[in-house]
Amino acid sequence: MADSNLSAPPQTISTMPSKASFWNDPQKRALVFQILLVIGIGLLLWFIFSNTLHNLDKRGIKTGFDFLDRPAGFGITQSLIAYTEASSFGRTFLVGLLNTLLVAGLGIIFATILGFTVGVARLSKNWLISHIALVFIETIRNIPPLLQILFWYRAILPLLPGPKDSISLAELFYLHKRGFTIPSPLFEPAFVWTFWAFIVALVLAFIMRRWAKARREKTGEQFPVFWTAVGILIGVPLVTFFLTGSPLNWDIPALSGFNFRGGLTVIPELTALLLALSIYTAAFIAEIVRSGIQSVSKGQSEAAASLGLRPNRTLQLVIIPQAMRVIIPQLTSQYLNLTKNTSLGVAIGYPDLVNVFAGTTLNQTGQAVEIIFMTMLVYLVISLTISMFMNWYNKRMALVER
Amino acid sequence: MQAFITRETLPSLPPPSTLKGPIAWMRQNLFSSVGNTIVTVVLVLAILAALIPFINWAFIKADWIGSSRDDCTSGGACWVFVYVHLKLFMVGLYPEAETWRVLLVGMILVVTLAGLMIKGVPFKKYLQLFALIAFPIIAFMLLSGGSFGLPHVETNFWGGLLLTLVIAIVGIVAAFPLGILLALGRRSSMPIVKAICVVFIEVWRGVPLITVLFMSSVMLPLFLPEGMEFDKLLRALVGITLFQSAYLAEVVRSGLQAIPKGQYEAANALGLTFWQGMYKVILPQALKIVIPGIVNSFISLFKDTSLVLIIGLFDLLATIQGAFASPKWLGYAIEGYLFAALVYWVFCFGMSRYSQRVERSLKTTN
Repeated sequence: MADSNLSAPPQTISTMPSKASFWNDPQKRALVFQILLVIGIGLLLWFIFSNTLHNLDKRGIKTGFDFLDRPAGFGITQSLIAYTEASSFGRTFLVGLLNTLLVAGLGIIFATILGFTVGVARLSKNWLISHIALVFIETIRNIPPLLQILFWYRAILPLLPGPKDSISLAELFYLHKRGFTIPSPLFEPAFVWTFWAFIVALVLAFIMRRWAKARREKTGEQFPVFWTAVGILIGVPLVTFFLTGSPLNWDIPALSGFNFRGGLTVIPELTALLLALSIYTAAFIAEIVRSGIQSVSKGQSEAAASLGLRPNRTLQLVIIPQAMRVIIPQLTSQYLNLTKNTSLGVAIGYPDLVNVFAGTTLNQTGQAVEIIFMTMLVYLVISLTISMFMNWYNKRMALVER
Repeated sequence: MQAFITRETLPSLPPPSTLKGPIAWMRQNLFSSVGNTIVTVVLVLAILAALIPFINWAFIKADWIGSSRDDCTSGGACWVFVYVHLKLFMVGLYPEAETWRVLLVGMILVVTLAGLMIKGVPFKKYLQLFALIAFPIIAFMLLSGGSFGLPHVETNFWGGLLLTLVIAIVGIVAAFPLGILLALGRRSSMPIVKAICVVFIEVWRGVPLITVLFMSSVMLPLFLPEGMEFDKLLRALVGITLFQSAYLAEVVRSGLQAIPKGQYEAANALGLTFWQGMYKVILPQALKIVIPGIVNSFISLFKDTSLVLIIGLFDLLATIQGAFASPKWLGYAIEGYLFAALVYWVFCFGMSRYSQRVERSLKTTN
């Protein structure tokens, strides 16, 4: 630490017998200061703690996590696991958490695809493309995400037609006011073999990559790793799928009366939240991608060209690895922001963790302290996990200076 | 035979239009290859197809001035909705007769900020002190009233853009000293101080602002002794300040790290104490470097203020939503949201331009 110099004793004095009084010895002073600080914070915490206990006692609320076993008694519009009104509050926590993770996961995928597209478009030689990307980035970045979510949910989605005259694509996908209806997959038990085949294919592709790398370093011969990997990853599960007798059916949605029967309907809250968050985060990712690619100096691509690498290989072997070193850490923090922003779904009633747990459950039980604590802990664990990954990655990718 | 000799140099011809001028520019940037040409044409058509109906709706066929929804007859956008509610969107339910106080505060703010931003204005140091210390007091006295014969206006009546700005500005100004202390603490050599600061910063940075707002609105009353009541706005401000201080601490820390070690050693060698060294040598340099970072975190705070509508405060977004939810104005959501987006965009875009300018000027001086 650089500022430790300000409190460290000058070196000439430390060799002489110390005559400094107690208060002028920086080490003792630091100790006293820290002890005082700990006492101060301890007192503050005790003050808060005793007040909270007193206040809860007065309101007749029992502290503890017993409430998690009590039946919830309210419905949730979207649940990835079995949930009824008779389920416990602990179950609502789980449902909310899974819904949060669902939006975060899907949002990250969409935002990455859109963000990389816009970021590369921003660097296009075509003036029109790069300026459309610029306008997109500068508009979206400067409008609050909450406003965007509300805009999609309350201004745009209501413009869609009702289920009866919904916009349909090939009689399979239907877009309407109450959501987005798609065919849902029906897995038969034998489908599990296809899943295992995919895992085996992953392992095979990994082994193939190591073998190709070892061979390249030994003999210098190239091997089409990427296309072989794609072939293995698609081919092996596909062959297994047909060998086990195509154990997958689709539940095609059909209109009956005023609503759809069968299929899977994505609730409009999810659609609006996903649209808004993906677009908002994509604008930031686009800027990160642009600056990452531009951070690789021109000399690098020129050097690669003079070594005789073709433009494709230059991009693959020289530009992208170096740009990724700049992009990945910032990208992870954008993913983290997106995950935190999913909590904005509470404004449109998307049943995420904050909505069903810190909202409805809190109102019903009044266990404010425990519930807010659990909710914050979930987000904290997610962000600490992601930042641990980031530190690990940074260490691995840091330039080794010789 | 007669020889023809020129005695003066002829003026040079302009370069051929394939190398310079608008045509050359278009050939290089829009039609450089067959693929590019196709893309350009398709994009131009797509833009026209999207933009013409929009401009038609938003400007040409729009109604601008009126007093009720009956004045919206031409089928385009109904900006009458914004026109009628403009006062509500700007200051909320602030009493009509007292609106001049808001305007006055706004004018003082604009003049002070202009003085701070424009180069060559004298007495910058005093202006900074005024902006950081005197202005908040004056603004509070004027807005809240209750002294100097001004009638008291409760915070429940504050709303609209006024409330958005109050939350954002109080959030950043109040978080600033705490942020500096946390940044210094995180770089301290005292292990306990460092640990406390790291935990504090990482906890606030790891949770979404909504949970912080929920916490401050639900749990803060539990933390305090009985009978001590805060109003809703103050509770939100406490949460936002704590939240923002963690982000500012990281911004300030990046500035502290950028100051070369020699500066710390020089301050030491002059015999300055820790606080003297910080106040006179390190912080003035470190804070100058992080101005862009501070502006950027102000931008995100400004956008985040819209979250207070979830805990029931009436900021810009909430007043607009309230206005088009009333039965008299049902169905003007798009106009309302577009207006809100425009206001937020103007503020955020302006500030990000300013921060980019400062960044560039810092680069040249170093």
